Amino acid sequence: MKIVVTVKLVPDPNAEKRIDSATKRLVRSGVETVLNPYDEYALEAALQLKERAGGDTSVVVFSMAPEALKETLRKALAMGADEAVFLSDAGLEGSDVWATAYAMSQALKKIGFDLLIVGGLTDDGSTGAVPGALAEHLGVPCITNARKAEIADGTLRVERETDSGYQTVRGPLPALLTTALTFGEPRYASLKGIMGAKKKTIAPLTLADIGLDLAVGSDGAKMQLEAFAPPPARGKGRTVEAADGAAGAQAIFDFLKEKKLV
Amino acid sequence: MNFDLTDEQRAIQSLAREFAQNEVKPRAEQMDRDEAFPYELVAKMGELGFMGLPFPEEYGGAGGDTVSYALAVMEIARADASTAITMAAHVSLGATPFYLFGTQEQKERYLVPLAQGKMLWGFGLTEPNAGSDAGNVSTKATLKDGNWVINGTKAFITNSGTSISGGTTITAVTGTRPDGKPEISNLIVPQDTPGFVRSKKYKKMGWRASDTRELSFADATVPEENLLGPRGEGYHQFLTILDGGRISVAALSIGLATGAYDEAIKYAKERHAFGRPISKFQAISFKLVDMLTEIEHARLMMLRAAWEKDQGRDYVQSASFAKLFAGELSHRVVNEALQVHGGYGFMDEYPISRMYRDQKINEIGEGTNEVQRLVLARLMGL
Ligand SMILES: Cc1cc2nc3c(=O)[nH]c(=O)nc-3n(C[C@H](O)[C@H](O)[C@H](O)COP(=O)(O)OP(=O)(O)OC[C@H]3O[C@@H](n4cnc5c(N)ncnc54)[C@H](O)[C@@H]3O)c2cc1C
Ligand SMILES: Cc1cc2nc3c(=O)[nH]c(=O)nc-3n(C[C@H](O)[C@H](O)[C@H](O)COP(=O)(O)OP(=O)(O)OC[C@H]3O[C@@H](n4cnc5c(N)ncnc54)[C@H](O)[C@@H]3O)c2cc1C
Repeated sequence: MKIVVTVKLVPDPNAEKRIDSATKRLVRSGVETVLNPYDEYALEAALQLKERAGGDTSVVVFSMAPEALKETLRKALAMGADEAVFLSDAGLEGSDVWATAYAMSQALKKIGFDLLIVGGLTDDGSTGAVPGALAEHLGVPCITNARKAEIADGTLRVERETDSGYQTVRGPLPALLTTALTFGEPRYASLKGIMGAKKKTIAPLTLADIGLDLAVGSDGAKMQLEAFAPPPARGKGRTVEAADGAAGAQAIFDFLKEKKLV
Repeated sequence: MNFDLTDEQRAIQSLAREFAQNEVKPRAEQMDRDEAFPYELVAKMGELGFMGLPFPEEYGGAGGDTVSYALAVMEIARADASTAITMAAHVSLGATPFYLFGTQEQKERYLVPLAQGKMLWGFGLTEPNAGSDAGNVSTKATLKDGNWVINGTKAFITNSGTSISGGTTITAVTGTRPDGKPEISNLIVPQDTPGFVRSKKYKKMGWRASDTRELSFADATVPEENLLGPRGEGYHQFLTILDGGRISVAALSIGLATGAYDEAIKYAKERHAFGRPISKFQAISFKLVDMLTEIEHARLMMLRAAWEKDQGRDYVQSASFAKLFAGELSHRVVNEALQVHGGYGFMDEYPISRMYRDQKINEIGEGTNEVQRLVLARLMGL
């Protein structure tokens, strides 16, 4: 069985972010690139499924990003993925969700998969629209927010998490799955994993390799990022003055109640 | 010249950082308070490969280099010095002697489980009356009917008495050399050796979660083959081991100083006095600048020693420089970092108070400041 995990390479969520006013893109310089946090959960899910399935199950990570970020993918290999495929091409610059998902789907068709595991959301773009668009382009079922999954006799059984409870759904393979954070904490890359990762391959792909019928990059983008603004500065907080702790606590409680927060 | 870490070294550094910040740091305060040995963390560190980081894979290690090992010790010490010394003493003092001097059989029997972190091991050099003057060993071992019979006492031995400690390698006088001086050899003493007793843990000012004990040997008997390397080589062997150990203690000191700096800068930005964050006072910002400048200085010295070791060069002098400088630097940095905290720094619940206590031993263990100067003066031909 072949499990493919999509991994976006994103600026470190803990770093301060800046958007270049001229290009309207995120300034990447000086900010470390990491695996998108949700995608580490997706990879964890894949590695767990592989461990349970045993045999000749392989986990392949796939990423689409500028060439310079390629080595960041090594961490996924150190965590336990067997190989990586890296799609990079100047023609992809400026892709929106639609173009991204189309290019990714063409590459994924070429790679082939029984199960495709996609993170639910990225830390930078945060549209959450890629999984659905991918499933559409690939013509496979899209099962979102999985907390558990098992594969038996070519059938996928998934426990989904919703606000009101859990749903168990069943479907055929190939399929696309997105993971909830409850699937399991991503494992650490072990030292052995790190040492072994340098011997694993990151296979390069370009647009010429995957074949396109539709435009991608800025040409194919249907959306333009028009304006951006930092979040509004937080206003001055309200200071509660009270004679003693009990009176202060009451004042704070009244305030929270007024705001319907308690 | 190239100051970049390799991709692999960076990956190991960031793994160590992630692990230290997520797993070690949140536990540090409680472990210190309870003098609780970090069994759980050691088990995890074993699984991840930290406990055998610089040993080849064939011996259960991770196959990393000295630079990676030093970076890892630094990151762990940045979160907790007790956990860092547990790892560093295990690797540099416990396991390394087997790697450097052990027979194939000893490597398979001891080094493999040690490198996998399944067992801890101590290195017993210091005695109640032989510390800096470590060659002045009075523990004796006599060969009788194919066994070494050991009598004597060792003081301050790290990792010697945990429930996963497998034993301790000790220096002992095994005879007299032709020149009339005592012949010193290293002997492997497993935990279940009859006549080998560990004291209770010492009550310590710092490194309180680490395991330090006094060891006594009363007709403790081990088989003749428990000699480590050739008979009479004990003195040279421990000097070699201490040379490498200095790099890890330097790394530990720098890590601790970095942790203290982390606390100081965070606090300086949060704490307000006279209507502004104290970081806006030049007296405070200059302290922070000086701290980071010195940390960077020590880091470069230490990494150079580690790099020289990896290149197979003579690293004795640079390791001594690094240990001396880093030990003293950690004292200055921790002191100033506490100063930045004002009265709160004196309170138990602020990590800086623990770091202040944990620091002092960096100027004593594995060769005191004075002994480093002695070593360096000799190397400088004085
Ligand atoms: C600040 C910012 C704002 C943006 N706003 C928009 C917008 O409003 N509309 C629009 O169309 N585009 C937008 N984009 C572009 C968009 O981010 C990219 O097209 C991106 O590749 C896909 O969208 P996402 O990051 O939101 O992914 P999401 O849909 O949030 O990602 C879900 C999952 O898809 C997978 N995935 C996504 N991208 C990749 C990749 N490159 N490689 C591998 N796996 C991947 C990951 O597993 C991820 O967890 C924006 C980009 C930025 C940086
Ligand atoms: C927590 C802890 C863990 C330890 N772990 C281990 C371990 O795992 N294995 C092990 O073998 N040892 C261990 N030690 C022992 C440590 O290495 C010794 O304490 C150290 O080497 C100093 O020896 P000493 O305490 O006997 O001091 P002394 O040698 O008695 O020194 C006292 C003072 O005299 C100074 N001095 C001594 N000789 C000279 C000289 N010639 N010139 C100038 N000044 C001099 C010293 O610098 C020091 O200031 C540990 C110690 C501690 C506290």
